[in-house]
Amino acid sequence: MSTIVAAPAPEARSSSGFRVAMLLPGALVTFLLILFALGLVLFLAFRGNDGSLLGAGFTVANFAAVVSDPLYWTVTLRSLVIAALVTLATVVTAYPVAYYLAFHAGRRRGLLLFLVTLPFWTSYLLRVFAWKIVLAYNGVLNSALIESGIWSEPTLAFLNTPAAVVVTLAHAYAPFAILPIYVALDTIPKSLIEAASDLGARPFTSFRRVVLPNSMPGVLAAALVVFVPTVGDYVTPALVGGPASTMIGTLIQAQFGKANDWPFGAALSVAVMLVILWVVLVARFADRRFGSRT
Amino acid sequence: MKTTRTQRDGRWLGAYVIAYLVFLYLPVLLIPLFSFNNSIQAAFPLQGLTLQWYATLFGNSALTSALLNSLVIGVIAATGATLCGITVSYMDLYGRSPLAVTISGIARLPILIPGVIVGISLLILINLIGLGPSRVAIVLGHILVALPTTVVIMRSRFAAIPKTIREAALDLGASDWTTFRRVMLPLSLPAIVSAFMLAFLISFDEFIVVFFLAGTEPTLPLYIWSQLRFPKSLPTVMALGTSILAVSFVIAAAAEILRHRGLAAAAPAVPLQPKQTKRGELQWHST
Repeated sequence: MSTIVAAPAPEARSSSGFRVAMLLPGALVTFLLILFALGLVLFLAFRGNDGSLLGAGFTVANFAAVVSDPLYWTVTLRSLVIAALVTLATVVTAYPVAYYLAFHAGRRRGLLLFLVTLPFWTSYLLRVFAWKIVLAYNGVLNSALIESGIWSEPTLAFLNTPAAVVVTLAHAYAPFAILPIYVALDTIPKSLIEAASDLGARPFTSFRRVVLPNSMPGVLAAALVVFVPTVGDYVTPALVGGPASTMIGTLIQAQFGKANDWPFGAALSVAVMLVILWVVLVARFADRRFGSRT
Repeated sequence: MKTTRTQRDGRWLGAYVIAYLVFLYLPVLLIPLFSFNNSIQAAFPLQGLTLQWYATLFGNSALTSALLNSLVIGVIAATGATLCGITVSYMDLYGRSPLAVTISGIARLPILIPGVIVGISLLILINLIGLGPSRVAIVLGHILVALPTTVVIMRSRFAAIPKTIREAALDLGASDWTTFRRVMLPLSLPAIVSAFMLAFLISFDEFIVVFFLAGTEPTLPLYIWSQLRFPKSLPTVMALGTSILAVSFVIAAAAEILRHRGLAAAAPAVPLQPKQTKRGELQWHST
């Protein structure tokens, strides 16, 4: 059998066994653990709470309770305001860093990129805990202020305030914002900026009219990856926020813990996802409106 | 004139970047600082050097079992997440099927879901299938949390391998399986190791999801959380936190170096896809 068999086109030879084996792990995880699990939340949100796992009967009472109780409006609004402040603070402070990385860093770029991404991989709980020891009554900030003579006695004003939540979250999620903005800035062709200055644009004008609009996709991506985890956070409010900064994540967590009303917790979760969906759509719209590449 | 102006801007920005890095690192570095401080309170002035808080870490059976739990769960979850990351991104790029592209898209979806909702959705699921809060449940949760990272890393790695290499293997008669195992996997080995290490770190440090899925055996972050209520155990938590930070820094540094080296070694002399970032940074915005 020395005949040379013409090899079939490479792609046509794909064995179905290989394809199934390669698709199976991802399919199981994405369909079962993500889609089916989220579907369960949606299903449970429309059930009555009878103490059983999947509730009983179909009802919209959970959503009616979410909408009619002013407590949930207050907490949702507070979560949105805190998340928006955190997002604004992280993106605005991260932008110059990303700008430096993209245009000025030179040989130090690799090292700086490494330094700004490193905290990304350290424990989130420890980063929040660090702020607890900074802000506490007998903590670092108070003792440093007294030691240096600026303050005469420790103050309770730092810990257990919404401001503490904003600062802590902004610090904990800071590394998330730099990379997307940097990638967007780095892909702007340098010729575009040179053309602007050749045509007589002052540096600020060329930044405002050329660099900023072209980096908007990165800015919006950064805003999204900071906004989403912060709006549902329950750890930071619990550690440094005190009762005045309860967030929507705290309430959801309570429904699956102490309050033991899973269907209501599921309804709250669906409400949060709807809010996030709305924010994503607004971001998409803003991207198309302001971020279009010329 | 123009150059000096740019240089001056650069210097101002450089100063800002340094201030930013101080803000980023200073609060975290307070934990190691006070872990060596001979006082139960984390406050200035420092009271002198001590290693006694590190001594309390040894012989603590609750801590040891939490550590073992975290290690075992981390290794298994990272293996699962890396396996899924490899197959999902490979099929996304070369599978030529809409299903594979859909799976890859959904796999990166958890970035757009707050951790608390990932946690409760899995809590409902594991109770429904009769598993209940357990270590297996935590492994499933952590595979999910680490999945976007492993998919993004593996995808940028596979995309950086010149297409011609895979086509050459197929033209020379290698089967899909052989091409994958003998050509594509060895070429992306640094990225695989890097993805595994980062997935391990994510699992090892993860708190928000594990909070809902843990049964009677806590992981290390859950142990820390349980200790935060007691002011007396604050120094021990700081000694433990310092150890965790040190390990995280080393693993993350090794993973980053591997990822960059792997990408640099395989990058063709002339970039084939200029839109692909050279270093293969995590492209979160690709979702």
